[in-house]
Formats: sequence, structure tokens, C-alpha cells
Amino acid sequence: MKKLLTGNEAIALGAYEAGIHYASAYPGTPSTEILEELAHYKEKIIAEWAPNEKVALESALGASIFGARSLAAMKHVGLNVAADPFFTAGYTGVNGGMVLITADDPGLHSSQNEQDNRYYAKFGKVAMIEPSDSQEAKDMVKIAMEISEEFDTLVLMRLTTRVCHSKSLVEVGERKEVPLKPYKKNLMKYYVAPAVAKQLHVKVEERLKRLEKFSNETDLNYIEWNDKKIGIISSGIAYQYAKEVFGNNASYLKLGFTNPLPVDKIKKFAQEVETIYVVEELEPFIEEQVKALGIDCIGKDKIPNIWELNPEIVEKSLLGNERETIKYDKSIVVNRPPTLCAGCPHRAFFYELGKRKNTIITGDIGCYTLGGAEPLNAMDTTICMGASVSLGHGMEKLINKYNDDRRVVSVIGDSTFFHSGMTSLLDVVYNKSNTITCILDNRVTGMTGHQDNPGTGYTLQGETTKMANIPEIVKALGVEHVRTINPLKLDELKEAFDWAYDLDEPSVIISRWPCALKRLSEYDKKEFKYVPGVCEVDQEKCIGCKMCVNTGCPAIYFDKETKKSSIDEVQCVGCELCMQVCPVKAISKVGE
Amino acid sequence: MAETKSVLLVGVGGQGTILASKILSAGLVEAGYDVKMSEIHGMAQRGGSVSTQVRYGYEVFSPIIGRGEADVLVSFEAMEALRWLEYLKPNGKVVVNDYKIPSAPILMGKEDYPEGVIDIIKSKANTSVINAANIAEELGNMKVMNIVLLGALVKAMDLSDIDWEKAIKDNVKEKFVDINLKAFQRGMDAV
Repeated sequence: MKKLLTGNEAIALGAYEAGIHYASAYPGTPSTEILEELAHYKEKIIAEWAPNEKVALESALGASIFGARSLAAMKHVGLNVAADPFFTAGYTGVNGGMVLITADDPGLHSSQNEQDNRYYAKFGKVAMIEPSDSQEAKDMVKIAMEISEEFDTLVLMRLTTRVCHSKSLVEVGERKEVPLKPYKKNLMKYYVAPAVAKQLHVKVEERLKRLEKFSNETDLNYIEWNDKKIGIISSGIAYQYAKEVFGNNASYLKLGFTNPLPVDKIKKFAQEVETIYVVEELEPFIEEQVKALGIDCIGKDKIPNIWELNPEIVEKSLLGNERETIKYDKSIVVNRPPTLCAGCPHRAFFYELGKRKNTIITGDIGCYTLGGAEPLNAMDTTICMGASVSLGHGMEKLINKYNDDRRVVSVIGDSTFFHSGMTSLLDVVYNKSNTITCILDNRVTGMTGHQDNPGTGYTLQGETTKMANIPEIVKALGVEHVRTINPLKLDELKEAFDWAYDLDEPSVIISRWPCALKRLSEYDKKEFKYVPGVCEVDQEKCIGCKMCVNTGCPAIYFDKETKKSSIDEVQCVGCELCMQVCPVKAISKVGE
Repeated sequence: MAETKSVLLVGVGGQGTILASKILSAGLVEAGYDVKMSEIHGMAQRGGSVSTQVRYGYEVFSPIIGRGEADVLVSFEAMEALRWLEYLKPNGKVVVNDYKIPSAPILMGKEDYPEGVIDIIKSKANTSVINAANIAEELGNMKVMNIVLLGALVKAMDLSDIDWEKAIKDNVKEKFVDINLKAFQRGMDAV
């Protein structure tokens, strides 16, 4: 039976069929759905959300060393967080087969950079595979398990957004049960003290030689002979773009196993074709290695190394063909940027924080990053997960030393705080800066589509669990000034900021209210009481001052003709922020 | 079924473009085509501009297209059709919903919703204008606008022979099947 599956769904299916026992991940676009899908196989697979990618990789490595087939998944920048165990896992190798999935995001659809993680495989000296559609994604998880166990190596599987989120047809198979391998204490393999590591490095180099031989022999790297004037070397989604453009008018060396590269196969291919194009997205990972073999080829001097490719770009770059398009004045099209949802608890928070003078606001990664956009404009920086708190600390130390009169407010979400904000806050306390850390606890991991986290009280597979208590955590880290407030109440927010600004010691404000889109858990229903109804503008009373509009709520519309605001009752969830900012009390709550 | 065809579905986050694409793809697979579909998740959900691409034929390679490559552009919102019009082949077709959703700069009164969007599109390409909002309202559920547009698309692409009833039944909740089947038919009739 064939099913239309995304690459992520296909990987989950492949992992299931390959007899995987354990999987762990931290959510991150475009990788999130892999674990969400795996979670359904409760009887067979333990699937977990870890607090961050380092923990996910280490847990999966633990499962592998114990003898299980395991998988860890993360977005490209997640591997930066997990880099420490990644490099050492490259030395130890595995017991049960282990695959690490890195989902890169060329084009930065939902990321802060577009790093090419293929370099990690070379850097960490591990095997790498790259699927170009969903069927390959499924098949390659199974093959990855075999390679991992045969060569005693971690296998890095590199995906990109268009592989993760594109659907194509996949043949569904059966699960093959694989027994756990026995665990035996083995200091020379898993106890990576310097003397052991020294010996392991020798083994790693030997393994790479064996893997190169495999790379030359495996069907994952194959040649399609057509016209030999043009020969194309490609991998991943870029191969599909090349096929779309050149069809049968070129020969292909299609690479599915890309570290180490199949040197002999590349040489053989190069001997038979006249001109070689290397078609790859982002960096010249293959091209540089082909050139190092003394083989002439055309790649990044024509194909851009920024943003994602598509067939149009490949065709224009290599053949100079421009598609005919409809000409019109595109300048009249108004931007449609993403916005915080109607009723989002972050909106009131940033509305109030944005009023503060002499304030530097260090932000973080999540929906609340949008607090830095129009019209709230309440953010100075966003760098990476957890950076808000540590960046703020560094700034505040300088502010204190040079008697500057500014204050720093660090803003971080609940899941991001658990991910990597806790150690940063410990630094604030330890090294004595008086930053104001605001933890926007919306009771869920929002941006990636509502995943549970250590604060929600539920696991990925739906079990109830201990709910992490943020006030107790920050107190245990040494913060003495801690307040929890309801962000939908502007007066509570204002009072909390006044209080924190007056302190010369570190403080934490926890802004606690569920995401407006969250399906409330049993816990949430007990804790959060909503006043039913939606907000409505009295057109007689409205003076057209636009105070409500400046909250950026997408349910509020300002009519330029009548100079009055109105509220879309379908979108409004009745959060009452607009009621609080209206200077003439023209907005009231109606309905049940 | 030799040549690969490309459909570009665009709209605003929350309008149901993904469900429409899912049903479209399911019908095409059932009819024996090779199909690839691509969508973007993440930031785009938050009220931003969204696009889904569905490609079908004997053997499909790329799941995405560039400018000047779509055979049909289906836009669930008027201004979005203009945003994506450059992706249409010059002889391609447009199915556009005569429905406006103001974006954030327009809501805030900083910019105006462009005038005469539908007329501009009509002057540039073979266009079917569908009043999906009116049809959905008559049927009693605004949410079925997406299926009205799917019906219109199927007619425009000459794909009426496929068993769409099954594709709809397989992809929507049972209690919504009837209204969606009606919406689909009304969309077909509107082209």
C-alpha cells in the first residue's frame, strides 16, 4: 500500500519498521513532527520530548549503549546545542544502531540562520545519509540502522525543510522486531578519558576508511547514464531540482551517502562526462571535495550559496534560461507579516514593557520574538535559545560598572527557559547583576505547534508527570525577588515592573497565562478562569485615538473613513486588553 | 498523464489551504498520478501569507516550483493572488476568492488595502472569480470556503472525473461531510 507522507512522517514510519526502541527530541521547525508521529507507537517505542537537544542526543546515546536502536531529532541549530555529545559519540560509536536527524532550514523559513549541517558529519567523522524524498527518507532510516551497527558509528541523517515538509508517495511495510543487544561494561569504548580517547581516535580513522569503501560500493550512491555531455553530481532535494531541469538530457551521480564521499565513483563518473555540474543547496560541501580530487566542476560560481534553491534558480544559474512571467505592479501588494494571535498573553506584556524608558530588552526564540515587531517594538535582540538572560547579564554588568542609567529586561518563554535559560539565570545570580528576567509562561511550547514540556504536567506520549515549578526553580537558583502575575491585567504588569526596576538585585517576573490557542489541560482548567464573551466597540463613544489599534491585535480594525475602531467577533477571544487601553471606555464585553 | 502539472494554493494562515491541498492530493493519488505536495509550517501560521504547492503527473521530481511555473493559482484571498501572480505561467489560470482579509499594516490604518485587485488580475490572466464567502454563508458555515474553492479548482483543471466524494469523505470529520460535498459542488458550478 502506498501513502502520501511528508518526509517527517516517513521517517517516523521508517523508524517504526526498523524496530527502533527509543527516540528523543526537542521540538524545532522543520523537525518537530518526527517525534509527534513516533509518539503514536506507544506499545513499541519510547518517544520523549527532552528539555533541549543535548539532553535528547545524550538520552538516545544512552539507549544505544544499553543495546537499543535509537533516534534523536533536532533542527539544524539544535545540533549546535548537542554538539558536545555529538563529537564524542563520534569516538565511542554505538551498541544498538543510532541515527541523529538534523533538519536544516535553507531559506530560513523559521530559523535564525541557514547553516549547512553536512559539515558536522565531516567534522565529527561520522557517516551521513541524505534522502531526497519521503520514500528515501523511510528507507534510509532502516539502512542507517544497519550501517550504524555494522560500522559501529553514529549516522547523521541530514534533511532540509523541503524534504521534511513535502509529501510524496511511500510504500508502507511491516515492523521488524529487533531484540536489544546485550550491554557489557566496556571502558575502552564508553569511558572516554584521555587515554581511552587517544585510542578511540585511531579507531575512528580506520572506520572512516571502511566507510569510504562502503560509500563506493553502496547503492545509495548510484549513476544514471544518459547523455554524457553534462554530468550532474547532486544530493538531497537539490537532486530533484536538477532532474526537473535537465531530465534525461544529463547523466547523474546521485549521492545518498555523503560522508565519506565515494571518491572512486566520483572519479569514474568524471572520466565519462564532458562537463560536471555540482548541484547542491547552501554550501559547496560536495564541490570542494570534488575539486580537491583535481576534478574540474561548476558549482557555486553559478549557483547561489544563500537561501533555498528551486528548479527556476537551478535553470537560470546553469542554463541562463529565464522563465516568462506575468508583469504587473507588485508594489501595491501590502505586506502580511506574522502577528501575535488575538488574545495572546504576550501582547499585553510587551505593550506595557514597551512603555518603559531607558530600557534594553533582550529577547529569545519563540512566538514572543514577535514582540520585537510592529507595533509593539519591544525588543532589542534575539540571538539563540536562552541567550536573552545571559546577554542581559553581560550588558547589565557594563551598565553598573560605567554608571549608565539604563536597565536590562530579559524576556524568555517557559520552554526556552527549561531549554537553556536556567544556567544563564544561575550566572546572573552568581556574578551579581541586577537584570530583570521575565519568564513568559504560556503553559506550552507554542511556536512549534503546542508541544508539552516539563512545565505542562504531561509527557509526549500523554502520561501525567511532575509539573516543573518555575518559581521554585528560580528561587533555588538564588533569585530572591520573584513574582508571578497575570499578563492580561495591565495594572499588575505595571506594578511588577515598578517593583523590579527599583531593585538593585536580580529579579524574576513570571507572566503566567495559557497560549490563546492552547487546548486547555485539566490543570489549566482549574487554574485559569476565563470571563466569557467578546469585546465590542461602541461606535458612538469611539474617538478614533487608535490606542486599541496600537496593541497590534489582529481582531481590531481601524476604518480610515469613519475614524473608528471595530472588533471582529470571530477572532476576538475576550482577553480585554483593548478595554484596558481605551481612554474613553468605548469597549465593553458582550455575549455570554 | 505525461506532463507534470503544478497547482499553487495561497491564502492567509487559518483559511484551510492545507486541508484543501490534502483533499486535492488524495484525489490525484487515487486517480493514479504521482503526486508531490509542499507546505511551509512555523512562523507562517501566525496570520501570515501561506502557500501550498501540489504537483502531479506521470513522474514528479521537484515538490516546489519557481516563478512562471504554476498552471493554476488558487487564491483564498484577493490580495494574496496578486502577491503570487508572478508564479503563474503567462497562459495559466487563476481561481480567486473575492474575499478580503486586511493584513496587520492595513488593520492599523498605516496602509490601504489595494484598490481593484480582482480587476488587475482579470486583465493579466484567465481568471475565475468565486464568491466563496457568499456560498459558504448560504450553506451555513464560513469554514467551508476552502472546499468551495477546491471545487472551482477541480473544474478549472478539468479533473471532474476523479472520485472527489471519496477524497472528501476520507479527509473531513463525518458530521461535516455533507456540507463539504455541497460546498464542493457549488464551487464546481461557479466556474
